[in-house]
Amino acid sequence: MTDLLKLSGVHTHIGRYHILQGIDLAVPEGQVTMLLGRNGAGKTTTLRTIMGLWQASSGEISLAGERIESRATPDIARLGVGYVPESMAVFSDLTVKENLVLAARDAAMDDKQLEWIFGFFPALRRFWLSRAGSLSGGQKQMLSIARAIIEPRKLLLIDEPTKGLAPAIIVALIECLKEIKRKGATILLVEQNFFAARELGDNVLVMDNGTIVHRGEMAALAADVPLQERLLGLSLEAHQ
Amino acid sequence: MTDLAATDPLPKPKRDIAPILLPVALALLMIPLIGSTSSWLTLTAASLAMGMMIFIMASGLTLVFGLMDVLNFGHGAFIAVGAYVATLVFAPFAASVQADSLWINLAVLAPAALLSMAVSGALGLVVERVLILPVYGQHLKQILMTTGGLIVAEQTLYALWGPQIIPMPLPTSLRGSFILGDVAIAKYRVLAMLIGLAVFIAIQLVLNRTKLGLLIRAGVENREMVEALGYRIRRLFLGVFMTGSALAGLGGVMWALYREQVHASMSDDLTVLIFIVVIIGGLGSIGGCFIGAILVAMVANYGGFLVPKLALVSNILLMVAILMWRPRGLYAVTSR
Repeated sequence: MTDLLKLSGVHTHIGRYHILQGIDLAVPEGQVTMLLGRNGAGKTTTLRTIMGLWQASSGEISLAGERIESRATPDIARLGVGYVPESMAVFSDLTVKENLVLAARDAAMDDKQLEWIFGFFPALRRFWLSRAGSLSGGQKQMLSIARAIIEPRKLLLIDEPTKGLAPAIIVALIECLKEIKRKGATILLVEQNFFAARELGDNVLVMDNGTIVHRGEMAALAADVPLQERLLGLSLEAHQ
Repeated sequence: MTDLAATDPLPKPKRDIAPILLPVALALLMIPLIGSTSSWLTLTAASLAMGMMIFIMASGLTLVFGLMDVLNFGHGAFIAVGAYVATLVFAPFAASVQADSLWINLAVLAPAALLSMAVSGALGLVVERVLILPVYGQHLKQILMTTGGLIVAEQTLYALWGPQIIPMPLPTSLRGSFILGDVAIAKYRVLAMLIGLAVFIAIQLVLNRTKLGLLIRAGVENREMVEALGYRIRRLFLGVFMTGSALAGLGGVMWALYREQVHASMSDDLTVLIFIVVIIGGLGSIGGCFIGAILVAMVANYGGFLVPKLALVSNILLMVAILMWRPRGLYAVTSR
């Protein structure tokens, strides 16, 4: 299995704060890699640095062998990286349709892909012409994910998609992400929800204080409660 | 996904019409206070005309504010430059300006307005590249740079045209008034209203019916996410900045004709009004800017008629009142 994304010795400073302190990680192609860690460990900063939203102060980031750490965010996106931020960041003044039109960029929306998305998220079809700002939190999250997958992407960076959502919506989201995974997508997923992490993750990376402190298979971490408590301060089950 | 069943009622989009009703209510409230219907109609027409001109000048600034969080205190330079450029066309064609034919008048006015827009837009390109690009995200430096740019522009105009006020007479066919009963409405004010309305409709069509407009609206709300979708928002911003500068140039020509004179610091008082309009309208909101411009003009005209001593502070009081009601302006688009 080749690595689609690789970070080597990545440091990121935000103002005078040194957030990422030498990140080394690899995301294998076609797999879901979970990025876990306590609040403030640097997970979101890692995704934003990969996306170019915060510039790495040093280190190398490569996507499919191509260096991207100096590239601007739009260029990284056009290399095939989809980003779902923690805040969802749907354009609330635009309709559901308009949000997806923008996400499809230069291409027209693929009807088959749209139908596939509607299969998981029927609310998006129903509220197609409604302003995204009028959607519920769960529906906004669906729109945010739909925006990332409306076009084929090489890599999806997803930041805590289940945060603050009702359990039933979490189950639906997990099903959708599993289906995306089955289609061969490569995903780097920040997640605090144990159930989601266990269901989706092939590999796991655990962060603390801006560095990777553990890497391995998700199943192994899920089965090792003492290791979870040592790495995360409490068991994954308690993260739900 | 049972909790999101298709049987859920479709949420009806809330239409926020309170800001739209505000100028209507203000105008109606003024009828008994002013007393004379003809005076009220004249003042209302003057307000709408002045409001449209301010809207044209402010519309670009509000998008620049909303889209890139740039404080451009030099916006007035585009207004003055637009007006001066128009004099370059008016001067050699003075006979055509004074001709009795509307078409001959327009044959001078239209190229003058277009040339002013082109020069102001081109100046906008230079200002964005030279003054603003190095100070993105740094508000204090933006204020210093753009204020400095405004001073340089004004002094350059003084150096090129001299310190004297340059007369800019209205074309003959735009002089005089339409008489409706005992009400006289100046022809030029009607033209200003029509041009302002046309600009408003054109901007709304672009914003709501084109992909470019979608990008601008999305960028005003969350420019980072627009970039994460693969769009180069800096290019978009440059386009919006140049368009806003060009519209300011058009507004400058219209204002110069309204006052029938041009001078280098003509935008100084206007800039205050424009900033008030942008703030009370809500940063980045074209609809808010449109209503804000009408409100500001109404308060200036009605206030000047009823309580002349309050004329200087009336718009500040309006801004305070609106921000107490809606702290992010009439239509909040950005989170700022």
